[in-house]
Amino acid sequence: MSAPDTAAPDAQEGPLAVHEAPHRLGPLEQIPVGEGRAFGVDGQQIAVFRVRSGSVYALSAVCPHRGGPLADGQLDERQVLCPLHLNGFELATGCSTTGESPLTAYRVEVDGTGDVLLYLHGAVRG
Amino acid sequence: MTALQDRPLTATEDGPVRSRLVVIGNGMAGARTVEEILARGGAEQFSVTMFGDEPYGNYNRIMLSHVLSGEETDEDIYLNTLDWYADNDISLHAGHRVVRVDRFAKIVTAVHTATGDVAEAGYDKLIIATGSSSFMPRMDGLTRPDGSLTDGVFAFRTIDDTRGMIAYAEHDHHHRAVVIGGGLLGLEAARGLQRFGLSVDVVHAGAHLMNAQLGAAGADILRAGVERLGIGVHLSARTTGILGDGRVTGVALQDREALPCDMVVIAAGIRPNVELAVTSGFTVERAIVVDDFMRTVDDPDVYAVGECVQHRGQVYGLVAPLWEQAGVLADQITGADVTAAYHGSRTATKLKVAGMEVAAMGLQEPERDTDEQVLFAEPKRGVYKSLIIRDDKLVGATVLGDTSKVAFLMQAFDQGLPLPQERLSMLFELGAPSAEVGAAELDPQAQVCNCNGVSKAQLCSAVESGCTSVQGVMDRTRAGKGCGSCKLMVKQIVEWAAGDRVQEDPSVHWYVPGIPMDKPALMRAIREQGLRSVSAVFAALAPDGQEDARSKMGLGSLLKMMWNDEYVDERDARFINDRVHANIQRDGTFSVVPQMKGGVTSPAQLRRIADVAEKWQVPMVKLTGGQRIDLLGVRKEDLPAVWADLEMPSGYAYGKSFRTVKTCVGQEFCRFGVGDSTNLGIALESRFQGLESPAKIKMAVSGCPRNCAESYVKDVGIVAIDGGRWEIYVGGAAGAHIRKGDLLATVDDPETAERLTGRFMQYYREHAKWLERTYAFVPRVGLDHLKAVIVEDSLGIGADLDTRMQSSIDAYRDPWHEAHRPATPGQFRTGLPLQVLPQVPIR
Repeated sequence: MSAPDTAAPDAQEGPLAVHEAPHRLGPLEQIPVGEGRAFGVDGQQIAVFRVRSGSVYALSAVCPHRGGPLADGQLDERQVLCPLHLNGFELATGCSTTGESPLTAYRVEVDGTGDVLLYLHGAVRG
Repeated sequence: MTALQDRPLTATEDGPVRSRLVVIGNGMAGARTVEEILARGGAEQFSVTMFGDEPYGNYNRIMLSHVLSGEETDEDIYLNTLDWYADNDISLHAGHRVVRVDRFAKIVTAVHTATGDVAEAGYDKLIIATGSSSFMPRMDGLTRPDGSLTDGVFAFRTIDDTRGMIAYAEHDHHHRAVVIGGGLLGLEAARGLQRFGLSVDVVHAGAHLMNAQLGAAGADILRAGVERLGIGVHLSARTTGILGDGRVTGVALQDREALPCDMVVIAAGIRPNVELAVTSGFTVERAIVVDDFMRTVDDPDVYAVGECVQHRGQVYGLVAPLWEQAGVLADQITGADVTAAYHGSRTATKLKVAGMEVAAMGLQEPERDTDEQVLFAEPKRGVYKSLIIRDDKLVGATVLGDTSKVAFLMQAFDQGLPLPQERLSMLFELGAPSAEVGAAELDPQAQVCNCNGVSKAQLCSAVESGCTSVQGVMDRTRAGKGCGSCKLMVKQIVEWAAGDRVQEDPSVHWYVPGIPMDKPALMRAIREQGLRSVSAVFAALAPDGQEDARSKMGLGSLLKMMWNDEYVDERDARFINDRVHANIQRDGTFSVVPQMKGGVTSPAQLRRIADVAEKWQVPMVKLTGGQRIDLLGVRKEDLPAVWADLEMPSGYAYGKSFRTVKTCVGQEFCRFGVGDSTNLGIALESRFQGLESPAKIKMAVSGCPRNCAESYVKDVGIVAIDGGRWEIYVGGAAGAHIRKGDLLATVDDPETAERLTGRFMQYYREHAKWLERTYAFVPRVGLDHLKAVIVEDSLGIGADLDTRMQSSIDAYRDPWHEAHRPATPGQFRTGLPLQVLPQVPIR
């Protein structure tokens, strides 16, 4: 998929991201619209969110502030609020909107069968 | 004669034709007006020429007393350096005094104050901002034959005056100073001169200090404070002359002994500089007369602004009105807002006079028989507070020493806010100890928000980094976002730290942050457009239809209250507690509190709770403050099974809703009881169970005035009194905030108590702001109003309130039934899948 004349930005990360086999988390329907659900993936806790417009996002599931469960948070199109102290985190980047440390944001997609696929090593950032 | 650029009306190389704007005066008013004009894109419209008779850029005259006191250097107080004028393409003629305006040829003529060179400039629009100068009372020996001040005599108006005073005061042979004038400026001069080791006396012609701002009683306390600082005060003392031959040796007073001194500072008030306007044919009364658009009444092309102006008979000597005038003038002259008009200012001042905090606004004393005065004086500590109230509006206030409530008072005065019934709370912060310390005195390291650990210094640094609204600082630091009891203190600190820059965030009036409407407008729109779900409200009313996570819970509560059975309940709008009907704990487990009406239970119920606690290994079983039993540390996935085993309804210990009714045993068992408190408590809890409201509602019923159920400090508290009657108290609190409830009514039977309780709750549900507890709501709307509406039914809405309350009651369903049929997929799935829960120790 990468053209030969495209310089790989990072020789170590590039091939890994391309060849990584995604984790299949099961059907999208297990996540209600506008909510999040938590998954244990390869020993890591990941919260997957399904916003009302249909997009799906994945972030590390534990709030860096006091360990709150982000999958239980309320969300809009942009951010999720930790239920414990209402710290906010951007769904697309994991960056905090209230000055906390950032979360890891994971690449996530829905395949043709309607399953949620998570790329554990293809972190968007983190 | 130097001909300065008399700019013709020509197109510049890269822009449209610009007209010529000339500004006479480069003080705070002139420069601020030009800044406002530039901010409205005025550089496109005008080529600007300014004349100022001081040979400097523009400085903050108010800060001169800080230069004298050594708190600031004269470098610190420049608002605009000469570079600013160059950068903004303004031709500044510093050191030029304008001597004539030819209104017919539209030319101003200026003379250089040092060289005598003459300069001219033509104008299309002219702004006169000549300000004012020190008033020099007539007295012997004040001036030398050439008209300049005698050596050792100073005015206190300009940066050169200040520099001269400092140089003279630092002289080794000068030991005593006399300040003529006991107003604000005189007292600041006196305090500043003490820094140089001088002994200072203030000679004041008036009967009390600061008579422009203070009444006699407040001024007496100020005087005592000033004298404690070692400054001599001489009242009702008229200075007749300056003694000395070429050099000051003292001042002569009428009917008193002369005061020996080495220097004299005259701070006897200011007079508008109007000579230029008079000689140029403008209408001048006490100052240059302008209309509401800041235009002179004589010439539509000539405006005037600042201390040289008289508007609707008023001449202002404070900076705040000047800022307002500058904004209106700029709107008008640029056409940015041709509807802008200046309607005069209500002047409120807050200052530090000789180290003492003083705030003064409006009337000093009551004027009419019906005016209400609230007065507190503690002379020994230098504290004085006097409020003048007319028709339930604050029309005057004087506060000395303790200024903790000044931010509120200034707002109430300025905006005519409704006042709390309990006037005492306008003088002091009741029940919130941390706010008793004024924002200014508070130690920078002091923790202001005890929930989120935010210090005063952190708040100030947020302000410094550009957050100038209270809401902005709260968002940045998370101060005030815990229990909320520190919000007032946070507000005061932000206002103190931001000073003039403080902005009111319009969102403080919105019901939720994501919809720009207050509650009445929001409810109207929801009803008119038939919006029955949270997503429908966002789509119809939010900017760009954007949903906002922080607004969902408040909207859900409001819609449920308004639509009851017709509400379209979208689960994502709910907070986690309301999704799973339990209260989330720090480790992600939940607490389960079954309903136990009135705190009355039975052996069978206790046995069942004990069985459930054992079966599900509940780590902690605890009695709550609301007389119930709390099962703590229940895993989310176990919730449905726990409820099923309990077979009890939800106690709603998690929602922004009606919670519980605490009762005492009442007359059934208690030998003092005069009413059946347990039965009324159970009836209330059965009736109002689970009703959503803007914030939680806790109630209590006590069987006698010994008040064992703590009814005085509940949102609604009922007390049985002898004779079979019941008192209903509303707006009490004993949590983060402490307040004794107000007596709403005394009624004859429990049925009436129940009906009025429901009516009060419905009124609160419909009119309170989101998360506004009754302890804030009741004083905000006023007890008299509540009595009228709820008890006397003065608006005739009592029956409607009762009907709407009944609809909500009829729509109630016990949420724990969802145990058998989850509302969403994975409703009770753990939020922390790999964590071993609970993490709190099992006892």
